[in-house]
Amino acid sequence: MSHAKNKLAFGFSILVLLSLLLGACAPAVQPTPEVIEREVVVTKEVPVEVEKVVTQEVIREVLVTPTAVPEKTPVAGGTLIVARAGDMQGTDPHKQTAFTSFRVLEHIYDPLLALDKDMNVIPNLAETWAWSNDNKTLTMTLRQGVVFHNGDPMTSADVKASYERLLNEETGAAARSFFTSIESIEAPDDYTVVFNLTAPNAAILAAMTNPNSAILSNELLESGWDPASEAIGTGAFKLARWEPDNVLVLEKNPDFWIEGLPYLDSMEFRTLPDEASILAGLRAGTLDWAIINNPRVGIVAAGSSNLVVSKATSLAYHVLQLNANRPVFQDLRVRQAISCAIDRQQVLDTASLGEGQVTSPATPPFYQAPHDQLFCYTKDIEKAKALLAEAGNPEVKFTIIAATDEPPTAVSEAQNIQAQLAEIGVTVEIETLELGVYVDRWLKADFDAAAALNGGNPDPHNMFFRYWHSTGNLNSVANYSDPKIDELLVKASASTDPEERKAIYTEVQVLLTEAVPWVWLYTSYEYRAMQPYVMGFTPLSNGSTMYLRETWLDK
Amino acid sequence: MSAYVLKRTLALLPTLLGISIIVFLVMRLIPGDTISAMIGTQFKLTDAQAEALRAYYGLDKPLPEQYWLWLTSALQGDFGLSVRTARPVLDEILSRYPLTLELALLAMLIALAIGIPIGILSAVKRNSLLDLSGRLFSLVGLALPSFWMGTLIIYVLSVYFHILPNSGNYASLVDNPRENLGQMIFPALTLGFAFSAAVMRTTRSALLEELGKDYARTARAKGRTQRDVILRHCLKNALIPIITLVGFETGYLFGGAIIVEEVFAMPGVGRLLLNAINQRDYALVQGTILFIALNFVAVNLIADLAYALVNPRIRYD
Repeated sequence: MSHAKNKLAFGFSILVLLSLLLGACAPAVQPTPEVIEREVVVTKEVPVEVEKVVTQEVIREVLVTPTAVPEKTPVAGGTLIVARAGDMQGTDPHKQTAFTSFRVLEHIYDPLLALDKDMNVIPNLAETWAWSNDNKTLTMTLRQGVVFHNGDPMTSADVKASYERLLNEETGAAARSFFTSIESIEAPDDYTVVFNLTAPNAAILAAMTNPNSAILSNELLESGWDPASEAIGTGAFKLARWEPDNVLVLEKNPDFWIEGLPYLDSMEFRTLPDEASILAGLRAGTLDWAIINNPRVGIVAAGSSNLVVSKATSLAYHVLQLNANRPVFQDLRVRQAISCAIDRQQVLDTASLGEGQVTSPATPPFYQAPHDQLFCYTKDIEKAKALLAEAGNPEVKFTIIAATDEPPTAVSEAQNIQAQLAEIGVTVEIETLELGVYVDRWLKADFDAAAALNGGNPDPHNMFFRYWHSTGNLNSVANYSDPKIDELLVKASASTDPEERKAIYTEVQVLLTEAVPWVWLYTSYEYRAMQPYVMGFTPLSNGSTMYLRETWLDK
Repeated sequence: MSAYVLKRTLALLPTLLGISIIVFLVMRLIPGDTISAMIGTQFKLTDAQAEALRAYYGLDKPLPEQYWLWLTSALQGDFGLSVRTARPVLDEILSRYPLTLELALLAMLIALAIGIPIGILSAVKRNSLLDLSGRLFSLVGLALPSFWMGTLIIYVLSVYFHILPNSGNYASLVDNPRENLGQMIFPALTLGFAFSAAVMRTTRSALLEELGKDYARTARAKGRTQRDVILRHCLKNALIPIITLVGFETGYLFGGAIIVEEVFAMPGVGRLLLNAINQRDYALVQGTILFIALNFVAVNLIADLAYALVNPRIRYD
């Protein structure tokens, strides 16, 4: 979830209320038009710059290659000025759901495992792991010599306490649903942890790489420490100062468990709600490194000759979610007609200026199903019309909800889909909602259709089970299930053989695209824009910036 | 005088109470609550998890009880904790207040420094080219919304001069006045510009009215210079409507600060409120709005008292 700039509208309504309360004695600021105007300014800026970019883009791609083989020897020291549009929402890693929080907490806290640039699970706090023969017991050996920021050593007791906190419903931990197959946790010695599962779950490893499953100190938790008010982890950096919406400073953890890392002495995070301003700051040399979410800004940044932009294909995906529970979508043929009438590439070209790739339901490259096997992945108007005729040419009219700026492309996507569906006589209305209102309606499944950006995961189990298994915790929002899919999903999670799992997930994707509970659209890029002297950063397609710990300054 | 201040201060209490009730209800009428705002659409909690969180934040209690709890602790100076930072609401507001206050005061100073001289010139040289351009200036000022003006300033400065006026990390006025003023000047100009137009128009019309009065003519007949008549006699009387304007416009400056703080990425009270609303951080929203309201009323009171200073005929007994 990118963090947003244009959330003003909502604040204004409160502002108006306030002015009413205080007796409307003077001309008030005019609220509503302001938001619209501001968007105009942003869009205006782009086309001019875009023309310059197109030719240069390819050249930039070369520079883009993650600097895996630094030609120079890294130099320690210095402060990296980081900019992003949204600030951290809180310091308790188990309770955070905003990407803006992960981007800070992943430097302070460590999960048991991590991901490399190809999304393979690699050791982190856990050095090795092994499955029992029935795939129901996972034994991990912990790294020795890891200490928390307060000096306490990290042991198996901390891992046990952290996972028990996460699983305790009282905690309200966001990632709990990924770990419900854990029956019990044992800590036979200081550096061994055993997870006993109720059923095989190969995807649990990928879930253990997230800041949401960070390891906290057992001793601190027992002494009544509240992670929401003080951040103490084992990560490469310590939280030195947090002035919300102004500045957040992370300082090097000199006792970090990788010798010599991090290179940077500190990182200073600044919150600039408008990404166009972030770009301006990079160009002016005020900022060193930035997270860009808006593809329009990303393109302009990539075209700036004095900036380096790294692009990683994101695991997150843009999707049109249909609510099959609504009368208008109950007829399968209507949903199929909608899928056939939408040219996914056109949505991508219009809303994200072509910055991305059309995707199958599973976004990790390895599990991507061949598009020619999927239902109507090429636009077919005749087929769409025939399907509607078969359904008795009902009047199809529905509303797409989209959150302002979450993602920034949602409204454009909805508009393009509206235009494309008009070709087959389907009427679409668009309702733009403030994020909080959108979330509320979404969780209650109170919508016909939603233009959404969903987070991805290196393991398709973690992407699919929650929505498409009849017992998945978000199945009530997805509103579609099929016993066949249930069976396949369970089968895939029981296997640890990647090729076998890939075959099963391809079958699931074929079934899903035929049933069209959603119309999967495309994945975009994770942009990281930086000054040429910023070296050694590896972008990850799940958006993680953990490799800032290997970043150094060549100046 | 002090009896008057006391009376006004007492009259303030029902106002604040009313505001707190309305804000409390409005925040809970908006769809979504603290918990759904925390969770977003990428996760879902079990009902037991969500209930546990609601209970933790006291949101499971009936509304009247929630309000009563808030009110009784607020009266003892405890406005609750912010959901985001787990810090006391009052600390959050007070740590942000200096910046917003400075922004509002600087904006007002800029508005007065631009508005009054141009207003005087416009009134004295009525219908001249000078007056016409002054009035045009005020029209532009009133018509230019501050978010647009702010964006324009940022754009021009960053693209053509490679200075980023909104680069975050605002310095405090006490620790580093030089850097602070450098960072504040453009936001203050943005906020003050529209206000200066209002000041200019008020000054012009008030002064024109005074200049046409008998005492002005008498003063001229006595042989006073035009300069004396304007600055010593008429301007002083024309100040009353200007003070009224400053009184309530300052309240609106606090509101306008929300926009300017967002555009310039400033960590002030306005942006705190905006983020609190988006996060459904109830205690923080209530505290912040109450605080802004308090400011508004206080500035109006000060303006009322200032009348007595410029016009001795006004007394508060």
